[in-house]
Amino acid sequence: MPVSLANSGVVYDALKKCGIGLVSALPETWLVHLIRMAEDDPKMILVRLAKEEEGVGISAGAHFAGVKSAMLMQNHGFLASINGIVSFAQLYRIPLLMLISYRGHFGERDSWQTQGGGVTEPLLRALGIPYSFLDDPAKVEKRIAEAQTWAYASLHPAALLLTRELMWEESA
Amino acid sequence: MMQRLDCLRAIYDQLENCLVVTIMGAVACELQSLGHKPNFFYLQHAMGLGSSTGLGLALCLPQQKVVVFDGDGSILMNLGGYTTLARYRPKNLVHVVFDNESLLSVGGFPTATSTGSDLEGVARASGIARTKTISTIEDFKHAFDDALRANDLTSMVAKVEAVGPKGYVMELALLENRFQFKRYIERLTAEARKHGESKS
Repeated sequence: MPVSLANSGVVYDALKKCGIGLVSALPETWLVHLIRMAEDDPKMILVRLAKEEEGVGISAGAHFAGVKSAMLMQNHGFLASINGIVSFAQLYRIPLLMLISYRGHFGERDSWQTQGGGVTEPLLRALGIPYSFLDDPAKVEKRIAEAQTWAYASLHPAALLLTRELMWEESA
Repeated sequence: MMQRLDCLRAIYDQLENCLVVTIMGAVACELQSLGHKPNFFYLQHAMGLGSSTGLGLALCLPQQKVVVFDGDGSILMNLGGYTTLARYRPKNLVHVVFDNESLLSVGGFPTATSTGSDLEGVARASGIARTKTISTIEDFKHAFDDALRANDLTSMVAKVEAVGPKGYVMELALLENRFQFKRYIERLTAEARKHGESKS
């Protein structure tokens, strides 16, 4: 599987450096290494979900408990979480850190991903959720740290889009 | 048939040392009407996520009892959440579903539990061993006491009458409640840390 193990490691290490103690996740191809890393880490609480929206409640609970968390999901999982994001994370000012695999954008061969790829950024903008891209391993740590800093300063969700460039090693 | 308010009244004193999460609507108003405490968090929207919030709290604070007051309308929106609760089986979580077979606060429209969908059955089939349907106050009090002592995940279904308060607007602002609840937990964990240090 041409999912980048090295770059998944870069992302995971960056999450650890930010003090993330809980990760909620629903598996998708680009996230497999990241989820295994969380699973193999005895200091990480990994919560495997049935549906991504549950992760909003779990992250809110973790925030109340003083534990920093991150949600790992596909952009279709983000679509499935929108009510929770709006009516919990935004309504109650929860600093939600979302790592979203940006499927269905240029280079995507899986036709079923393409519709979701087209609406991901417009929806983030419509919801007023700031986002940046994880596309260069050299900048991953800084971008994750900055997104988390902003999320805590503003008490608002922030998103990082995991791009094909970072996560996929096969040439297009 | 028992009423939710009487159930809450019967166990109110035992909530003192628990973190309590309620869903929106009648449950939140009725618990508040008995007396608000800083360890109560009322999730006034995001239907379905009360149990998920309780799970997050319970996993992050394993020494702390967490109680979730859920409803049939809410849990029906997150039945998958039962499987996540069962998967992690936090020993410190008590999940109570007040099942009035209706979406009361929007006018009493019947939910699927009114036509036979059985939440205890869903919970059990999801892998939650300690689950029970309750229909009297005595049984409710007993089952709740038992769940607090059990040291295992419990999810109970309390069949209640579809009656609630006259209005659903609470004086306590959502954000005030949220910050108060977080500060309460901060104090709790700071005290636990101090206690731990003095012991070692």
